[in-house]
Amino acid sequence: MNLAIKIKHVSKRYRIGGLHPGYMTFREMLAGVVTAPFRRLKSGNGHQTLWALSDINLEIGQGELVGIIGHNGAGKSTLLKILSRVTKPTTGEVELFGRIGSLLEVGTGFHPDLTGRENIYLSGAILGMRRAEIDRKFDEIVAFSELEKFIETSVKWYSSGMYVRLAFSVAAHLEPEILMMDEVLAVGDAAFQQKCLDKMHDIRQQGRTILFVSHDMAAITRLCKRVVLLENGKITFDGEPREVVKRYLSSSLKTGALREWPNQPEAPGDKVVRLRRVRVRAEAGDTVAVVDIQRPVSIEVTYDVLEKGHVLVPVIEFYNEAGTELFSTHDTSANWRRNPRPRGTYTSTVQIPGNLLAEGSLVGHVSIMSHFPATVLHAHERSAVAFQVVDSPAGDSARGDYIGPMPGVVRPLLNWTTEDNVEPNSKE
Amino acid sequence: MDFETSKGASRKLPQTATARTVPHVNLDIRESAERPTPATLERHALIRSEEAGVQLNLGELWQYRELLYFLTLRDIKVRYKQTLMGVAWVIIQPLTTVLIFTLVFNRFVRLDTGSLPYPLFALSGLLLWLFFANAVTNSTHSLVINANLITKVYFPRMFIPAASVGAGLVDLGVAFLLLIVLGFYYGVVLTLNILLLPLFVLMMALLALGVGLLSAAFTVKYRDLRHALPFITQLWMFASPVIYPTSIVPERWKWLVIINPAAGIIEGFRASLTGRPFDWVNVSISAVITLAVLVCAVYIFRRFEDTFADVV
Repeated sequence: MNLAIKIKHVSKRYRIGGLHPGYMTFREMLAGVVTAPFRRLKSGNGHQTLWALSDINLEIGQGELVGIIGHNGAGKSTLLKILSRVTKPTTGEVELFGRIGSLLEVGTGFHPDLTGRENIYLSGAILGMRRAEIDRKFDEIVAFSELEKFIETSVKWYSSGMYVRLAFSVAAHLEPEILMMDEVLAVGDAAFQQKCLDKMHDIRQQGRTILFVSHDMAAITRLCKRVVLLENGKITFDGEPREVVKRYLSSSLKTGALREWPNQPEAPGDKVVRLRRVRVRAEAGDTVAVVDIQRPVSIEVTYDVLEKGHVLVPVIEFYNEAGTELFSTHDTSANWRRNPRPRGTYTSTVQIPGNLLAEGSLVGHVSIMSHFPATVLHAHERSAVAFQVVDSPAGDSARGDYIGPMPGVVRPLLNWTTEDNVEPNSKE
Repeated sequence: MDFETSKGASRKLPQTATARTVPHVNLDIRESAERPTPATLERHALIRSEEAGVQLNLGELWQYRELLYFLTLRDIKVRYKQTLMGVAWVIIQPLTTVLIFTLVFNRFVRLDTGSLPYPLFALSGLLLWLFFANAVTNSTHSLVINANLITKVYFPRMFIPAASVGAGLVDLGVAFLLLIVLGFYYGVVLTLNILLLPLFVLMMALLALGVGLLSAAFTVKYRDLRHALPFITQLWMFASPVIYPTSIVPERWKWLVIINPAAGIIEGFRASLTGRPFDWVNVSISAVITLAVLVCAVYIFRRFEDTFADVV
């Protein structure tokens, strides 16, 4: 496989803290020269260093679509800045085979006082296009942005949506061999987003390399075959998206697909009930962090009943990443409904059918309560488990062939029918 | 199954499935469309660390030359679009300055400017000087003003101050109209010397570029330098034969005029307008010093360039 990007032992150090930002004043420099001989006497010089990236090694082949995921501050943007040559690595080396373009900062170089036409040329040139190239693509860029009528208007009169559309169009026509993309997909309306994704697909079809940076797990798993996880400036995982999801969930949601409390006194609960284990279970019975949107998934709660004679109801509430409560579910099965339980260990399982949840990260809050005769909350664990529902544009889930973002907290696969309303007498 | 190329997908899935996977993209068109070779700026790039030292990389400047044109065009367009008075402003600045100096040096103090009437003498010097001073000032601030560009996309940063100088040239051209009018008024006769005029403008532009690059690079690092700048350019103007002729400089200060590249350039500029003989020794010294300043400036700018995005 031919390489597109080769990153060798790249580290980046930033000076942070101290008394001032990166720049200093000339006065301070002069003062520094005078006091320099004495400074060694003091410990430290007010600067702290931060290694935004440390010893990154990564090889990306031509035509690969690689997702880069990580929390804020993990080093994603520093890495992209180095790749786009905005800043240099402190140590190490990067080799790029082909022109690199980015959709990270759409609208770079746009000037509000210039017209759409002028900005296309300016921004195109800044992004590395030749004048002849812009001339050739000009009509295409304008058509893509759907701003034909406003192309001679100063962009300061544009709405933010128009502005982004024009900016994106320029960037999208750069035709780089290596394309870096950020959360640009979050801009514009759904139709425009789809256009962007198509463009990305297009670029991919031409055998170009794409780096897709996001903290949107759903988008990454939907689009990429290879995902690199950055944590604290280091690559902690590089491989299959599903594997990465597991690690990312456990670090971002502070919980994973399995939660156990080996020591009963420390487990959530009271003198009646203590939780023992909560896990996310696939059909086959194994614990999973990643679930295909079409497959059912079960949450299994194991708990000890320490005091007999209570009517107990396991409850699970589901929240998505945005913190929206999706639904809660109670155990209403017949065998323990209204029946006081003997002491012992129980496992309650609830199955969520496939084609119900929308894709994304889900968190389950688990409780054991009794509401007969009075409502008592015996055990409650917030964020007991988390899992990721992934969707793929394979055509047989509710998204069909659509590859863009779909709103909504549920995504049922519903029955659609479309009939051809042919009037009998209009037949030819 | 996933977002893959047709190549990857067809290995695993039957052809019908592939077609269904990507209905938005007309595969036939994609395959047949000839892919124009992008006018790529570079095919292979090696990004070296800060420790790797300074690379002048002059070839890269040539590759990006069109960007210089667009940045200059932007600076010009924005300037003339934003200001209410537009072009007039470029004329008013030298005009008022010349009026003041004419009043002081022609009415109150009598300065001997040879055959040349004082207003014409002062205007020819001031036009070139104001171009220089404005170009240096604008390039100094240019990097900080364009911080949003510098922190987001790579291109030779040198073009930002260079565009400020380029835009200054346009102002100079406009202000030159004033000189033409005044020249007609005083009945100046042009000689073949005028053919060398562009040379002196070019020299001044290169000097402005050199000083501007230095000042811009240092200003990113040491922000308070910009407060010193107006003061420095003011001093420099009075040390140059802008509003007085070199002939009145006392003998023991003559060396100052000689090592001051601006002096030789301004005198040469004037000589090409008036047809007086050139002082070739002075002009050559100025040219050498100008080039030396420019070379140093480019080197120092390149050295500082790597850290601009981190500190600006």
